[in-house]
Amino acid sequence: MLHEPAVVISTDNAASKKSKLGIILFFVYTVIYSGFVLIGLTKPELMGLELIGGQNIAIIYGFGLIVLAIVMGFIYNYFCTKMEKKLNKN
Amino acid sequence: MIYEVSNLAIIIFLFIVGLVLGLSFYFARKTKSSAGYYAAGGNIHWSVNGIAFAGDYLSAASFLGICGMIAYSGYDGFLYSIGYLAGWVVALFLVAEPLKKLGKYTFADALDSKFNSKSIKLAASISTLIVSIFYLIPQMVGAGDLVVPLLGLPHWMGVLIVGSIVIFIVATAGMTSTTYVQFIKGALLVVFSTILTIYILNNGLSLTPNENYHKFTQLEAIVSNDTIVNVTNPAYIVKTTKVVDKSVFVKLEKDGSICWYKLNKKEGKTTLDEILSTTVIASGEKLYNGAPKSEKKFYQVGHLSKIIVDGKEVDKTGPVGPFEFIKTIEKSEVVRFSKKTFSDGSDKVTVWYQQITKGEDVMKPGLLYKLSDASGATIWDKLNFLSLMLALFLGTSALPHILIRYYTVPSQRAARKSTIVAIAAIGFFYILTLYMGLGSMINGVLDVESSNMSGPLLAKSFGVGLFSIISAIAFATVLGTVSGLIVASSGAIAHDFIDKYLQVEMTDNAKVKAGKIAAMCVGIFAIILGILFKGMNVSFLVGLAFAVAASANLPAILFLLFWKKTTAKGIAWSIIVGIVSSIGIILFSPTMYDKYGLIPKDAPIPLDNPGIISIPLAVLTLIVVSLMTQKDNSTKDFSK
Repeated sequence: MLHEPAVVISTDNAASKKSKLGIILFFVYTVIYSGFVLIGLTKPELMGLELIGGQNIAIIYGFGLIVLAIVMGFIYNYFCTKMEKKLNKN
Repeated sequence: MIYEVSNLAIIIFLFIVGLVLGLSFYFARKTKSSAGYYAAGGNIHWSVNGIAFAGDYLSAASFLGICGMIAYSGYDGFLYSIGYLAGWVVALFLVAEPLKKLGKYTFADALDSKFNSKSIKLAASISTLIVSIFYLIPQMVGAGDLVVPLLGLPHWMGVLIVGSIVIFIVATAGMTSTTYVQFIKGALLVVFSTILTIYILNNGLSLTPNENYHKFTQLEAIVSNDTIVNVTNPAYIVKTTKVVDKSVFVKLEKDGSICWYKLNKKEGKTTLDEILSTTVIASGEKLYNGAPKSEKKFYQVGHLSKIIVDGKEVDKTGPVGPFEFIKTIEKSEVVRFSKKTFSDGSDKVTVWYQQITKGEDVMKPGLLYKLSDASGATIWDKLNFLSLMLALFLGTSALPHILIRYYTVPSQRAARKSTIVAIAAIGFFYILTLYMGLGSMINGVLDVESSNMSGPLLAKSFGVGLFSIISAIAFATVLGTVSGLIVASSGAIAHDFIDKYLQVEMTDNAKVKAGKIAAMCVGIFAIILGILFKGMNVSFLVGLAFAVAASANLPAILFLLFWKKTTAKGIAWSIIVGIVSSIGIILFSPTMYDKYGLIPKDAPIPLDNPGIISIPLAVLTLIVVSLMTQKDNSTKDFSK
């Protein structure tokens, strides 16, 4: 049985380093996301508290989670590209 | 609801559908091999694939479902936006690159790449098929909802049209055409949602959403011994009184036609407030506010009852900025419409009554998912919330139609980059959903019979042109997502099951043919389910698909990638336990009991979202079975 990918994948010496970085960023985001869920479960009234510019915690935390995912994506890509360039020179 | 059909809407709709079909024909000529059919030859550019990811992901659930849910339940609908996007973090950081490295065409290939196990092939193909079908149902329901105001056709016709076009697209071209369709649609959806949001902000907030907005009447009631004896306006005659969950509804007759009002007591005064109602009479005919549909007595609703700016009450604000928009709603009061159903003799009555809600409650969780003790939240209510957030977070990277998109790009690097493009486009869109949902809530556009139409109907209030374009894009959204799902399903049947599991000898052409026949069968099945599930919020249904995917597929993927002791039997059993437990909980949930016509409170499992039970159960199964079958791994050489 053939199980190789649809296209030939070249060897990636940066794979394990990229994987480690991915796991770290995943845990950082998971902790922040869990914080949001935890406030909803234990202290939902906190969600309505005004924080900055008349916006409550629910809005700032919710928008923050979306923006953070985008920012972390770019950071991850920046470091992965750097590692690939450095370790896959040959 | 009764809609006027516009010729412009029909022309734009036909143009978009024509464009989609034209693209399919064009790419069909290029697709000859199975690699081309299932994985677009692995040659799609990462930026195109990234936007196509967004096109795949921003399905009917996102545009129609989330906007509708926010329009009716405020921030609780936005929880879906947050969770759907967070799911991409799992996809990007843990799954994208390693999975790209392992697979060929399907998610089953990736899972099986290490073991070459028949049980994995079978379990993974069943799981792909089930998750895809669960995801297909809301797309079809959304399609049906769309054609009602767009083309003036009944719901079932919409489902049939989408089903037929998609079967045609998939049966002709496969993954290349679905990718380009998704690319165009994803880009158009983000652009036009931005335009719609600009309209909303420019329009600002007003107590009178539009000139034709219905003015709700209020009658003074004459009460004796807690029984309504009459109303002060002699034009009305009191017919019956119904008490439903502590709410009192009164049937009145005026000029020979029937209408329902809700009893309210405030500051020692008893009033009857006008509500919306539909009545299915013994003959099967449905009356809207006591009259046949053709009399157009049913109207769109949703407005603000009080607008507060800088501590002062105002009638309207004029154009507002994005943060000012949210802040003003938070300080103001919104009139939402809540639903109750009851019997009146042989008549089945559904009413939607006004519920004045503080803006601060709209802008935080709690209207749909009860969370605070003050609102009477039980432990099951809290578990439902936790379960939803867990399934949304873990579901994305377990969706077969998303996973197969990793095989359309040429490298792991391209897989990563296309995921980031997707996250940026999808994240931006999800921020817009809050504005589109709240805009629908306060601009008098809601069709109480279908929350799914809130976004397009909001566009209609700004002009038929914008409505036509938005609806046509939403329709193309459904077409694209359904195409992707059907390609994934046909891959599961033809590639994973017939070719790999049954090991039927087939030429490359025969494999493509088998995929196309499988696509047709799945498409027909999806059409039937789409008609049966009419009336349910599509985002809620997609939430269930996420829960099934997260339970069945994600433990298998993550443990395969990150736990060396994982065995083939562990993976296969975890998939089966994930599917059975999640679907079992859904079938016995309060929402499904309501769908069966039973009393939701009688449901044996008081959870609507199964993830909190089924995901840990699948993980536990994988660990226990893998530990019990370690000798299977020791007899094989995995050094390759």
